[in-house]
Amino acid sequence: MKMTGSKILLECLRLEGVETVFGYPGGAVINIYDDLVDSPIRHILTRHEQAAVHAADGYSRATGKVGVVIATSGPGATNTVTGIATAYMDSIPMVVVTGQVPTPLIGNDAFQEVDIIGITRSITKHNFLVKDIKDLARIVKEAFYIARTGRPGPVLIDLPKDVQVSTTKFVYPDTVELRGYKPTYSGNVRQVEKAVQMILKARKPVIYVGGGASLADATGELKNLAEAIQAPVTTTLMGMSAFPRRHPLSLGMLGMHGTYYANMAVTESDLLIAIGARFDDRVTGKIATFAPHAKIIHVDIDPTSIKKNVRVDLPIVGDLKEVLHRLVLKLAESADEVDEQVRETESWRREIDDWKQQHPMFYKASDTVIKPQFVIEKIRELTQDDAVITTEVGQHQMWTAQFFAFSHPRTFLSSGGLGTMGYGLPAALGAQVGCPGRQVIDISGDGSFQMNSQEIATLVQHRLPVKIAILNNNFLGMVRQWQQMFFDKRYSQTCMELPIDFVKLAEAYGATGLRATSPDEVEEVIRKALDTPGPVIMEFKVAREENVMPMVPAGAGLNEMVLAS
Amino acid sequence: MRHTITVLVENEFGVLTRVAGLFSGRGFNIESLSVAPTLDPTISRMTIVTSGDDQVLEQINKQLNKLISTIKVIDFTGQDYVEREMAMIKVTATEKTRAEVLRIADIFRAKVVDVTPRTYTIEITGAPSKLEAIIELLRPMGIKELVRSGPIVLGRGSKGWKGTE
Repeated sequence: MKMTGSKILLECLRLEGVETVFGYPGGAVINIYDDLVDSPIRHILTRHEQAAVHAADGYSRATGKVGVVIATSGPGATNTVTGIATAYMDSIPMVVVTGQVPTPLIGNDAFQEVDIIGITRSITKHNFLVKDIKDLARIVKEAFYIARTGRPGPVLIDLPKDVQVSTTKFVYPDTVELRGYKPTYSGNVRQVEKAVQMILKARKPVIYVGGGASLADATGELKNLAEAIQAPVTTTLMGMSAFPRRHPLSLGMLGMHGTYYANMAVTESDLLIAIGARFDDRVTGKIATFAPHAKIIHVDIDPTSIKKNVRVDLPIVGDLKEVLHRLVLKLAESADEVDEQVRETESWRREIDDWKQQHPMFYKASDTVIKPQFVIEKIRELTQDDAVITTEVGQHQMWTAQFFAFSHPRTFLSSGGLGTMGYGLPAALGAQVGCPGRQVIDISGDGSFQMNSQEIATLVQHRLPVKIAILNNNFLGMVRQWQQMFFDKRYSQTCMELPIDFVKLAEAYGATGLRATSPDEVEEVIRKALDTPGPVIMEFKVAREENVMPMVPAGAGLNEMVLAS
Repeated sequence: MRHTITVLVENEFGVLTRVAGLFSGRGFNIESLSVAPTLDPTISRMTIVTSGDDQVLEQINKQLNKLISTIKVIDFTGQDYVEREMAMIKVTATEKTRAEVLRIADIFRAKVVDVTPRTYTIEITGAPSKLEAIIELLRPMGIKELVRSGPIVLGRGSKGWKGTE
């Protein structure tokens, strides 16, 4: 049967199991939107294309499915760029479909024409311009395959308008044949055996986990490994919910705003087992003093991540779930040696426990002013560890990472690699669409919130009961903190001088707005928000010049932490 | 250190930009790049000459392999290979120098492919060092224009890659 390009696209999406797409219509995708009317696919209309991409990203992170976005050509396409770059940096599987001017007009500076293939080449895992309708079904199949396999990432399909309206016989390929793209899944057997030997020899092992562990759904295998060898586990921001924070082996986050004991453990370790992490500069601090005594095993599906920033003694390229499973099985074959190793490393765990006692994560509580950390602890307490939390970017993001104590995988969604302000609200929107039965909360600063606050409208329109906690200090807090600590308190352009009435803003959109101005109001506001149907904005007027501590100054070693401001 | 890398890629629009962008986006330098279809018209062969230490080269190889359009990467570092480059040189040929230009061309087994009353255009192929040698000899005569293709390479021996691996 012959079908139009727009119908073929929607049929391909359906066959890929896509139930929901996020997007924004326009002239270059009007045919797709027309066919959406008759399609079973749910469309969520955001108020900005950037938010549509973040929403698809949040949907993907919370559910593990591929997020899908539709945007029009020109400005619609360029508005997706920040969202795509965010997803690319954090390896989120996503397919973005952009409209394009008709093929005869491409390159002619047509109305709303932009070379989105060129623009997104460096921020997508791959991108396609569909010049012939006969290629469309194959390209969609390949796009989903590329997005979700290997190291996941965003794939863009640029679809000219004439291809959308022309017709061809629809055949969806059963298989994908990409002769140059064959991700390694199994991991080298000998390398796994070598890893076992290195683990058995180690006396101060530390497991360092990145976002890859959640992406590979390898959190169970990770826990098995950690418990088998009783190795302490530290995570990056992206790896935050991959290992339960209240597990006795958890060290919390390492790096610039990591725990004292995580950073000390890495510095003193003699074996670092890096799992799905990429040694970001926010994690390593000064490279020369990063894990100076440690042999490094690095397990990752992406070979380019290995030896990129730090020396690696044993690389293992493969799917984390599979490699960790085999590693645990191999360790089980040497059960006696493992038992002995666990006995030998007892003193190492005691040393770490001492660090935990001496320098716990803490903040100075107050009876008179709301401390942001207190709000975060209260949200955790009142949601009983069961909420999906998104954050924007800044101080509130770090406090959430430090004080929330995540227990379950895929419950902490945050822009790690790109650090995109304005991510959290649309990501929460997407997570709520993907997980309708769960409580989704966006923890935000007043600065970040204002970058995509228009999406309250989307929440209200689609009756998405996302709760937004704005920790309002009337500052761009993290930059202000740096200005305080390193620029002699010259607060250049970091004071948000116009105080916004966020309660009224919520009400203007038809949402509920609540405000707490003193510590004794915090719990009541959170309880009321959780009990109120529909979207709620909670504004907490927090201590204005509270700092995120501890902190490794940029360029310093992990063991050179500043513990208090 | 100088490295010669061959990349077999899908013969599609935009692939050259993907490869070039990979280098520019990471601050790696391309000294030369030549590209054309292979025996299999769906595959193009790129020969890239670049430089960098071992770590840079490892990243280049890995990043090239990571491109979806890349079929195979062959790094010729430390291998035995045949290398050829072509140049066309338009050199001034006055009454005094015409004979000398022809003599140099003859020594280097170059061909004269265009003649005017004031110039010879010489075509030469060989290893880049050979091209550099003739350029240095012709430079005093006055080189008006020069074009070089960048090297292409094939590994020595009977093994070959036809695109069906």
